[in-house]
Amino acid sequence: MAERQAEVGLSTDMLETPDRGSEIMTVNVGPHHPATHGVLRLVVDLEGEMVRELRPVIGYVHTGIEKSCEDKSYWKVIPFVERMDYVSYFFQMEAFCGAVERLIDLEIPPRAKYLRTIFLELNRIHSHLVWLGTTALDLGAISMLWYCFRERDKILDLFEMATGQRMHTRYFQVGGVIEDIPVGFEAKCRAFAEEMPVRVGQYEDLLDRNEVFLSRTKGVGIVPRERLLELGVTGPLLRAAGEPWDLRKAFDYLAYPEMDFKIPVGTVGDNYDRYRVRVAEMVESSRIIGQALDALPEGPFIADDRKYVLPPRSELSTSMESLIHHFKLVTEGFRVDPGEVYYSIESPRGELGCFVLADGSAKPARVHYRDPSFVNLQAFREMAVGSYVADMIASLGMLDPILGGVDR
Amino acid sequence: MPDAPGLELIRGEIERDCPGAVLATSYDRTQAALNVDPTRVLDVLRWLKEQPGHRYDFLSSLHAADYLPNQPRFAVHYELINRDRVERIRVKAMLADVPPAGGDDAEDSPGRESPASETGPAGQQLPSIDSCVELFPTADAQEREVFDFFGIVFRGHPNLTRILMPDDYVGWPQRRDFPIGGEPVTFTYSEERYG
Repeated sequence: MAERQAEVGLSTDMLETPDRGSEIMTVNVGPHHPATHGVLRLVVDLEGEMVRELRPVIGYVHTGIEKSCEDKSYWKVIPFVERMDYVSYFFQMEAFCGAVERLIDLEIPPRAKYLRTIFLELNRIHSHLVWLGTTALDLGAISMLWYCFRERDKILDLFEMATGQRMHTRYFQVGGVIEDIPVGFEAKCRAFAEEMPVRVGQYEDLLDRNEVFLSRTKGVGIVPRERLLELGVTGPLLRAAGEPWDLRKAFDYLAYPEMDFKIPVGTVGDNYDRYRVRVAEMVESSRIIGQALDALPEGPFIADDRKYVLPPRSELSTSMESLIHHFKLVTEGFRVDPGEVYYSIESPRGELGCFVLADGSAKPARVHYRDPSFVNLQAFREMAVGSYVADMIASLGMLDPILGGVDR
Repeated sequence: MPDAPGLELIRGEIERDCPGAVLATSYDRTQAALNVDPTRVLDVLRWLKEQPGHRYDFLSSLHAADYLPNQPRFAVHYELINRDRVERIRVKAMLADVPPAGGDDAEDSPGRESPASETGPAGQQLPSIDSCVELFPTADAQEREVFDFFGIVFRGHPNLTRILMPDDYVGWPQRRDFPIGGEPVTFTYSEERYG
């Protein structure tokens, strides 16, 4: 009978009583949970369905990549760092290669700059597609996943065509790119860049008038712009709050100064704006790819400095110097004079910085990545506290953390 | 980036307001850096953040490096951005290692009184520096990361615990004298059960 009364006591009018504040329940979400987009653990204090306090616990996929890089020669670090943020691997490569190129003061040829720009933007679309598919899935829009991954597969096909690998391509080298694009790549890539805005329009048709999606995203997870800046948040999250800060425009690197593109910004800074900004960025990235293909300069795709760059394969059987250079580069690697460089680029998630400290040997003394997911995750508490559990999951998806990058 | 003369101008202005805080400047590979006295780092960061006309108010990255065998050995780097002028500047605070307690103090670096130290988790003496979380809330996780990997204590940090390594981990893995590999596997269930 007493149990029965307890059941009756838990009627809806009890939920409405104002003094339910003492009923705080701590729930552990993750670390293995599909909605956390990786191995992220959230310790959440719940009051009914409201999130009152939240502590993200990270470190579950820490693999010590930064430490391992200290034991690798410079060119062997490249495939290692790609595996940090496993969705935007080209960006990881560019951050490291760009930092080393600045350390050794090596200018990369114009064609390499354009090729890198093309692949970075393809990767940006790829990353946003993974984000859109999985986040819409969190909000119940299952079909989005199939549509997004259909286009993602086309990008992976392009990567495979040019680099031989679908993921973790190791395409960027210190001095340029490892190989020129194959015959037929340009046409296929151009077709994709023309098709992509149409596809983005289709995604918008699916989501923009979807009542469930709109009510789940509009007005949810708002953090003011000033607070985001204090928390060091960059990328689409910051731009959705109305701050037009994009490193592609701010600091000139690669072929971005010659490209004509816009920085999409939001007004409110809620989850809907975050979605709008990323979707608009996909269209802008397609425009950049088209322009870069139009203006793709002829010429070498990698610098011609034999101290740092592998000689062409064909020369190895005819030139003794090339053979020696090849041998030296493959066995020992190249040495870098002591110095330190911090080089940052705009990754799909914000400022991706790479700090490389050289001590004069053939191995870096320190490789540090300023990962945007790691820093952006600090804003998650303020996005989610005071909202429903379901909105916390939505906000986490819209934050788009990649735990491989967070933990490194 | 401020160019080399611009960097000297900034240094001169800081020198006027906080004399002696900036020890040196370096302009290397088009990157400007201020090498500051670790005990005055907050003064310099506050000046750079709040001085009208400068406003380096966005801390994009805080990380550390181990310069072993150079002395002083550690450095904490603050990468600041001035978003109005679109300039970057690096503030670097060099920290000497604390000699192990009871060891010979003969090789104490001259000209430097005993470095500021803090007692770490295992009673170990650790180098320390003021936390800049008050100035830049973004530094919270990054200072924890530096503590986690280098054992540099940030005085005044609200919650200075390990962030990526397990809480009960012993050692400071990113130090240069910490060996690579040789980490014991912590999941031993199958090994014990099936041999």
